[in-house]
Amino acid sequence: MRFSEIKDHLSGFRVGIAGAGGLGSTCAVALARSGVGTLVISDFDVIEPANLNRQYYFTSQVGMLKTIALKENIARINPDITVIALAEMLDHLNIPEIFAGCDVIVEAFDKDDMKEMIAETVQTRMPGTPLVMGSGLAGWGKSETIKFRKIDETLYICGDESTTAGDEMPPMAARVGIVANMQANTVIEILMKKTRDYFRQ
Amino acid sequence: MKIILNNREEELSGENLSVSEMLKIKKFSYKMRIVKINGLLIPREEYESTIIHDGDNVQMIYLMSGG
Repeated sequence: MRFSEIKDHLSGFRVGIAGAGGLGSTCAVALARSGVGTLVISDFDVIEPANLNRQYYFTSQVGMLKTIALKENIARINPDITVIALAEMLDHLNIPEIFAGCDVIVEAFDKDDMKEMIAETVQTRMPGTPLVMGSGLAGWGKSETIKFRKIDETLYICGDESTTAGDEMPPMAARVGIVANMQANTVIEILMKKTRDYFRQ
Repeated sequence: MKIILNNREEELSGENLSVSEMLKIKKFSYKMRIVKINGLLIPREEYESTIIHDGDNVQMIYLMSGG
């Protein structure tokens, strides 16, 4: 299949991205480059200098809302993509509303309790919507421990499932990028198998 | 009883264990996780009241901080 055909197919889909940090910003850029038509990105944080070790932002964007900056960066990479950027603190009540109509949702949070919250919310309140999660990506090296697991048709896990990010084991661009791109790769795989709904608004 | 735990057959002593009991027996100690029984996610508040039956397919996934 040619890239023009792949891009054309992907342009008909909408993907939700929960969080615009290392996982979310990198995954969003990969999906935008691939031509996924609409990205719904939610994050309430502003860019700090420490984020630049792994997140898809520039020094001139420090202090900006991540969602605004990411929308700007995606527009510079692929202006054909529609980015719906929301500076919202996600919770079990607003997730089903914010990501309504998304064909796939990417979990791109930093904290484990938020990862658990979105898994519970999407799996119980949005049945049938695939959730692609990142779990275990801190540090460097050990590429062989990073894996992809399809739990079932609605749940996919990318990561080493064992390392926890902390001061002594920081998340870094290379390893976070592997997991983020694995998540993007999974989204593309799910969407390439899906039939496009040409009648959708 | 026999269950499938993370795609492997497991023999657990006792019948009809709750999710909390299973986690204790298997020493699954890391606190953030997903538990699915036969494809259905079990929310944390229901770990005590949800019973795992013989033959159930149980998935346990650890959620690690970092992103």
